Amino acid sequence: MSVRVQEAAFDFGAEANAFAARCRGAGAVVTFSGITRDLGRDALDRMVIEHYPGMTERALERIEAEARARWNLADALIIHRFGAMAPGDMIMMVATAARHRAEAFAAAEFLMDFLKSRAPFWKKEVTATGGESWVESRDADEAALKRW
Amino acid sequence: MIDVLYFAWVRERIGLPKERVETDADTVAGLVEELRAREERYAAAFADISALRVAVDQDLSDFDAPLAGVREVAFFPPMTGG
Repeated sequence: MSVRVQEAAFDFGAEANAFAARCRGAGAVVTFSGITRDLGRDALDRMVIEHYPGMTERALERIEAEARARWNLADALIIHRFGAMAPGDMIMMVATAARHRAEAFAAAEFLMDFLKSRAPFWKKEVTATGGESWVESRDADEAALKRW
Repeated sequence: MIDVLYFAWVRERIGLPKERVETDADTVAGLVEELRAREERYAAAFADISALRVAVDQDLSDFDAPLAGVREVAFFPPMTGG
């Protein structure tokens, strides 16, 4: 079980392989990764992610512990970056391992839903022309928590 | 004395990430009232607290939370991770 909050880029393939190798008895591994998307109209120069050092790790560890309490997971991994990201850069990933896929999928969705609106990260978009705007939270993200 | 932290546009509007605050307030809401009364930039940042979230000692909390024994309060907009 691990949570990593880091500025540096990570190698998704290497992380996914290492994770799968760690939990060979599991049978099912689900991974999800979030990638900086481009903005249609006004090209995105970069996305800058701010976080709350200390609270971020606590919040992610709590979310991961909650997932472990709900599903019988062999392992779970959360990596989330902060700092400046270019379009196409990987922002974060989660991985879950369980005996069967239903648990691994459900736990991965749970981790994503909660870390979107309960972990202290904030995204700011900076366009090629220098415009800056904080990404606003969506009602749909808050509503997604209610299904759990 | 407590540490008060600001993140994202709250930090930008107030113009600093962190400060030590001497407060007589009993609750987070009372602290917000004191900060609002300081200067226009604080009043602007705290104009609509329904747009803000608060963490007390690094746990998500609410504006009614008591301040007794608290070391750190943080104000920020709704989170946008993932």
